[in-house]
Amino acid sequence: MCRVVDLQQAVLAKNAMAAQVLRTELAARGTTVVNLLSSPGSGKTALLERELRLARQRGVSTAALTADLATENDAQRLARSEVPVKQVLTDGLCHLEADMLAGHLHHWLPDGTRLLFVENVGNLVCPASYDLGESLRVVLASVTEGEDKPLKYPTAFGLAHLVIVTKTDLAEAADFDEAAFRAHVQQVNPGVEVLLASVRSGEGAGELVDRALAAADGTPVHAPVMARAHA
Amino acid sequence: MGAGQTAAAQDGEAMHEMSVALAMIEQVEQAARADGAHGVTHVRLEIGELAGVVPEALAFCFELACAGTALEGAELITRTVPGTARCAGCRTTWEVGMPPQLLCPHCNDAAGDLVSGRELRICEVGLADAPPAARERTRASINEES
Repeated sequence: MCRVVDLQQAVLAKNAMAAQVLRTELAARGTTVVNLLSSPGSGKTALLERELRLARQRGVSTAALTADLATENDAQRLARSEVPVKQVLTDGLCHLEADMLAGHLHHWLPDGTRLLFVENVGNLVCPASYDLGESLRVVLASVTEGEDKPLKYPTAFGLAHLVIVTKTDLAEAADFDEAAFRAHVQQVNPGVEVLLASVRSGEGAGELVDRALAAADGTPVHAPVMARAHA
Repeated sequence: MGAGQTAAAQDGEAMHEMSVALAMIEQVEQAARADGAHGVTHVRLEIGELAGVVPEALAFCFELACAGTALEGAELITRTVPGTARCAGCRTTWEVGMPPQLLCPHCNDAAGDLVSGRELRICEVGLADAPPAARERTRASINEES
């Protein structure tokens, strides 16, 4: 005997729920999460190291959690900024999920942390589908990756609250067409802010911290069209 | 982490489709338990063009991850949902395509809403009274409806 049941359930509902619980719990502790996504090698760690140091100098209580498939190299680099850092090894998994993050924060996240930066696994496909309870989702792309990156990874760029172009000191050498990049970003995520940054030249120093603090203070972040889906 | 994720990771084929498959199986098993069913004949799933999930990769993971569960041998039937957006200003509705165009083709304003295209939704589950072993074992395969 067979029968058919109408379910109408979102497959990722459990993660969405876990993310909402984490967001609420962290808000009660005064912590705002910033989720950083990019391809491998876009410069997430270098940018974050600079911004963590600036945040510490400005007296903002900050912590960072970095996820990789393997090695603790990123945590060692981030630790140079002298803020609390935790390395998560995903054992091959291509993304973080909200309940995994919650588990790692338990017993580690220092009390009074205002900003928690999460450096996701370097990957523009899988992490895009998982809300981590963040208030600000930042997608990075370096000038060497090509102006069409937003079109190739529309879900990642389409759900970003903020886009940062990194390694702008190499823009000329890489023949980076900034106007084309901006147009592609606007096509998949109209209205999202695009910042320029270079750790080498110092361009954009402190802007990520500024945007994170604004989000922490309750300034409404950009609302991507893709996030306004009737899914 | 489930066994399936570890298997995928060992092959160097880490992909979130395995996590999606495991989440699906968990929800379908819950529905089957609630119904008192012992087996699952099929699962019907809607995948939006902008959901960031590759149907073929999901079918592959689904088959692997179903082994030893109430879903063993269940057929996965997927339907791709095109992305459509609506302009808040002029109310034009358009198919956004891939890569998506979220600026209104009529007035060039930002789309007000994405009407469809982000679905990742289990619509229907076929339940059977008999456990999987008692049914004819069929290889889980992908069946594109559209």
